[in-house]
Amino acid sequence: MEILKAHDPYPDLRVNIGSLQLQNPVMTASGTFGYAREFENLVNLHRLGGVIVKGISLLPRAGNPPPRIVETSSGMLNAIGLQNVGVTRFIKEKIPYLRGLNVPVVVNILGDTIEEYQEITKQLSDVEGIAALEVNISCPNVKKGGVAFGTVPHMAAAVTEAVKSVSSLPVMVKLSPNVSDIVEMALSVERAGADSLSLINTLIGMAIDVKTKKPKLANVIGGLSGPAIKPVALRMVYQVAQRVSIPVIGIGGIDNMEDALEFLIAGASAIQVGTANFINPRISEDIVDGIGEYVKDQQLGSVRELIGTLEVD
Amino acid sequence: MSQHQEKARIIRFEQLSEDNFRLTLQSPQIAAQAFPGQFVMILTGKGNDPLLRRPFSLHQASTNGSIQVYFKNVGRGTDILAHAKEGEILDVFGPLGRGYRLVDEKPACLLGGGLGIAPLLFLAKALAKRNRDATSDLILLGGRSKPEVEPLVDDFKQFGMKIICATDDGTYGEEGFVTESLDSERVAPGTHVYACGPEAMLETVHDICLQRGFGCQVSVESVMACGMGACLGCNIPASDGTYAHVCIDGPVFDSGALVWKS
Ligand SMILES: Cc1cc2nc3c(=O)[nH]c(=O)nc-3n(C[C@H](O)[C@H](O)[C@H](O)COP(=O)(O)OP(=O)(O)OC[C@H]3O[C@@H](n4cnc5c(N)ncnc54)[C@H](O)[C@@H]3O)c2cc1C
Ligand SMILES: Cc1cc2nc3c(=O)[nH]c(=O)nc-3n(C[C@H](O)[C@H](O)[C@H](O)COP(=O)(O)O)c2cc1C
Ligand code: FES
Repeated sequence: MEILKAHDPYPDLRVNIGSLQLQNPVMTASGTFGYAREFENLVNLHRLGGVIVKGISLLPRAGNPPPRIVETSSGMLNAIGLQNVGVTRFIKEKIPYLRGLNVPVVVNILGDTIEEYQEITKQLSDVEGIAALEVNISCPNVKKGGVAFGTVPHMAAAVTEAVKSVSSLPVMVKLSPNVSDIVEMALSVERAGADSLSLINTLIGMAIDVKTKKPKLANVIGGLSGPAIKPVALRMVYQVAQRVSIPVIGIGGIDNMEDALEFLIAGASAIQVGTANFINPRISEDIVDGIGEYVKDQQLGSVRELIGTLEVD
Repeated sequence: MSQHQEKARIIRFEQLSEDNFRLTLQSPQIAAQAFPGQFVMILTGKGNDPLLRRPFSLHQASTNGSIQVYFKNVGRGTDILAHAKEGEILDVFGPLGRGYRLVDEKPACLLGGGLGIAPLLFLAKALAKRNRDATSDLILLGGRSKPEVEPLVDDFKQFGMKIICATDDGTYGEEGFVTESLDSERVAPGTHVYACGPEAMLETVHDICLQRGFGCQVSVESVMACGMGACLGCNIPASDGTYAHVCIDGPVFDSGALVWKS
């Protein structure tokens, strides 16, 4: 049996996110996979479609006080507070390892001001080993009273333009779901020059301890992730993919192969696995295998034939 | 150090008291790598609820390829484990974190309160292998009441170290807090203390050790999502003004490296 298997043609799982080529559509989501090395003993990193590292800011950030996480029904809330080592240490300490991986490394960036986004982008642009940038626009704009960049279309567009203007790297803009019209946001960012869109970031939520009448997170509110958010994420990916002409990457509650297929059918060119990495570090590899089986079973020429094939009567 | 994810068969299920249980798992890869004070992440649920794994200290890891966890049924995840059956398979990964540093040249005092007794058995085994006389070593086991302490005492007898037990209600051993013994002449000068238990107890242990000039390592808890340094959800304040992460910097710390409440 083993010998027969070895002769099976390996299914074509390659996808393109604009100029970025992935060996398969399964990436790991920012903030849920550290800087990849944390997983090296448990995961064959070389089999992933891509790795997206923890969000990086210009200066190191200590993050929020504990408790930062709380489990909720089929999900979890987090208020990590964007703790990270800052761009300088990231380049010095993390990039050498990441460069050795055989998979595209996407660096997730964040900032308090447009200038800060631009400065990080400049510092990352000439660094060897970075395949693309993912711009987290769910951060508060300190110059505009702390309103999140990703909730006001023109602010999201301004960040996108600022990043694009100083870098030739492909730019993936990561949308916040905490908006009333996700399509308007997507179109605004597309017009501003984004090469692709990834969605969704976490949904803002909270949880209360009824015994103490205190919030369960020190930060009071936090971002909801995990299986609980999948239907919302899928709907948003579907709506956005209908309207934009740049590639869309689906994120939100994906924890098995069928979830991943749903996003591809809804119009995503690739997907990111987030919270599920905590529960089963091998899940991304399992999803790659599962998609491969599906492509073979359905006798598709490649996984690309599946993208956006939703049939609505 | 390398970690492994294993499908571990439950080879023994023991109910040690009304709420306390012990599982023995066939988990050869984890057993082979484990150090005292390290922990494992166990998937308790089959579906999405409860979603996250639960952390448990290694109570034992033996050369025959088995590991043990000792736990209390306190909620949804531990309730599922409390109803597990021998022969069932659990998804486990580990060993994780930094365990106890063995201070070979000093007399040892192992101090556990309640579920904090869990990691000390594995630790006692490792310390017993030191090339020194165990007569000035001490094991202090405490709990609220007899069922939290008594079922484990026999296992600690094999090491030739003196054992003192205490319960808050006096139903087993001496009446009072186990930390009172730490503050007495029973503990030899120059002792190194290895502690695990509730935060308030660890704070008292830290204070006593500071006063008496004992080195002190404590194993602490926090909420955890990943257990391996990826989510950054398990932070606690460190005495240098930064945050430490319990899953990678700990769970065992020198008590002076942490910030204590009072
Ligand atoms: C490094 C580490 C090692 C541990 N080792 C052991 C061990 O050897 N034996 C053992 O019994 N327990 C141990 N714990 C605690 C154990 O992980 C929790 O008891 C368990 O996660 C509770 O899960 P649950 O689903 O049953 O409870 P939940 O339903 O999640 O919660 C029920 C109640 O338990 C409390 N609780 C939840 N998690 C913790 C926690 N981490 N610490 C304290 N209280 C908590 C909650 O606040 C709540 O009141 C350890 C924790 C850590 C971080
Ligand atoms: C603990 C944690 C930390 C995260 N950190 C980041 C981050 O730094 N930057 C970012 O863009 N998204 C971050 N995210 C959001 C995830 O990348 C992802 O968009 C979200 O969790 C939804 O996917 P999921 O349901 O599969 O987890 C984080 C999520 C979690 C759970
Ligand atoms: S539990 Fe995730 S970093 Fe410690």
